[in-house]
Amino acid sequence: MVQLTLPKNSKIKTGKTWSAPEGSSSGPLRTFRVYRFDPDNGENPRWDTYNVDTSKFGPMILDALIYIKNEVDPTLAFRRSCREGVCGSCAMNIGGRNTIACTKGVDEFKGAITISPLPHQPVIKDLVPDLSQFYAQHAYVAPYLQTTTPEPQKEWKQTPQDREKLDGLYECIMCASCSTSCPSYWWNGDKYLGPAALLQAYRWLIDSRDEATGDRLDDLEDPFKLYRCHTIMNCAQVCPKGLNPAEAIASIKTMMVERRV
Amino acid sequence: MANQVEADKRPLSPHLQVWKFHPTMLTSIMQRITGVGNALGVAIVVGWLFAIASGGDIYRCYDVFFTSIFGKIILFGFTVSVMYHLAQGVRFLFWDMGKGFTPAVANFWSYFTIAFGVLGAVGVWFFAGLIPGVAV
Repeated sequence: MVQLTLPKNSKIKTGKTWSAPEGSSSGPLRTFRVYRFDPDNGENPRWDTYNVDTSKFGPMILDALIYIKNEVDPTLAFRRSCREGVCGSCAMNIGGRNTIACTKGVDEFKGAITISPLPHQPVIKDLVPDLSQFYAQHAYVAPYLQTTTPEPQKEWKQTPQDREKLDGLYECIMCASCSTSCPSYWWNGDKYLGPAALLQAYRWLIDSRDEATGDRLDDLEDPFKLYRCHTIMNCAQVCPKGLNPAEAIASIKTMMVERRV
Repeated sequence: MANQVEADKRPLSPHLQVWKFHPTMLTSIMQRITGVGNALGVAIVVGWLFAIASGGDIYRCYDVFFTSIFGKIILFGFTVSVMYHLAQGVRFLFWDMGKGFTPAVANFWSYFTIAFGVLGAVGVWFFAGLIPGVAV
């Protein structure tokens, strides 16, 4: 359901400010406004402000977060792993847009940089959202090869042309930036599958080797699962890998129509 | 079940509160708003027909209201709403054909549809004013 404001327990208060130690800074200071939620004290979330010396860490937002955690405030929680845009762990909302912190440069922002968890998700702690629903939706679209013909002696073959159709789809790193950027997903995330799951659905729908195309389409033919996409296009705008879920969803809609004629 | 209770109490992360609007997001919500606007505008048109059918006195009241500055602002807003919705409708036809999904292209057409809504309405009123006997 559409709820434009945050529930009572989610309203964000002003938190602590951490100043850079005086006289010690050798580079320009930057301000990070970070969403904090501590599940142990039962208080509402808050915005903490960190003023940090940019000469102390690398160029990326993730470098800044790691610096804050290591040197300023060890209580800050966030997910990260590969630090090179491959794993999708450090997806968060930075400066009002979803992206992955490891490939976003600090210098891409002016003024204070606001960092919050992926939007409209239950928060476990600080920048760590609960993505159980998101993963369940990915599992729901059966993101694997389904066949009925007997398995070939060697691999399932595909022409280079058919393989090319998977470009721009298989690269998804499941960071959830797109799904959690989508207002339709915000309001109907329990029924609408969301951009990421639908991009994966399309990746298997157009795979020449997959033989469950009809079943897959039958399953998506639903007012909510697929058709809640209203081409708002936030998904394509924010994808850190430059993929286009909006286009993939439109392609599924086209397949729905084409199989009827 | 302790975890379940705790999970239910989790706060919701900020969404509209932090989101920086994209042009495509703006045109999408405006599509919805102008859709409602068009429905209300049609009620004005139907009311106008009712007024005509109800005789001279009632029609004159209706006419005085909608030729006043306030009435004209409402009618101009309705025109913007129709022109914008028209441009967006054409855009959806292209989207249905699988075209115009690149963010840069989509952003361009977002600005275009907004401009078309406003300038198109100005154009409609300009040409309406050229019709003899129509005071705009």
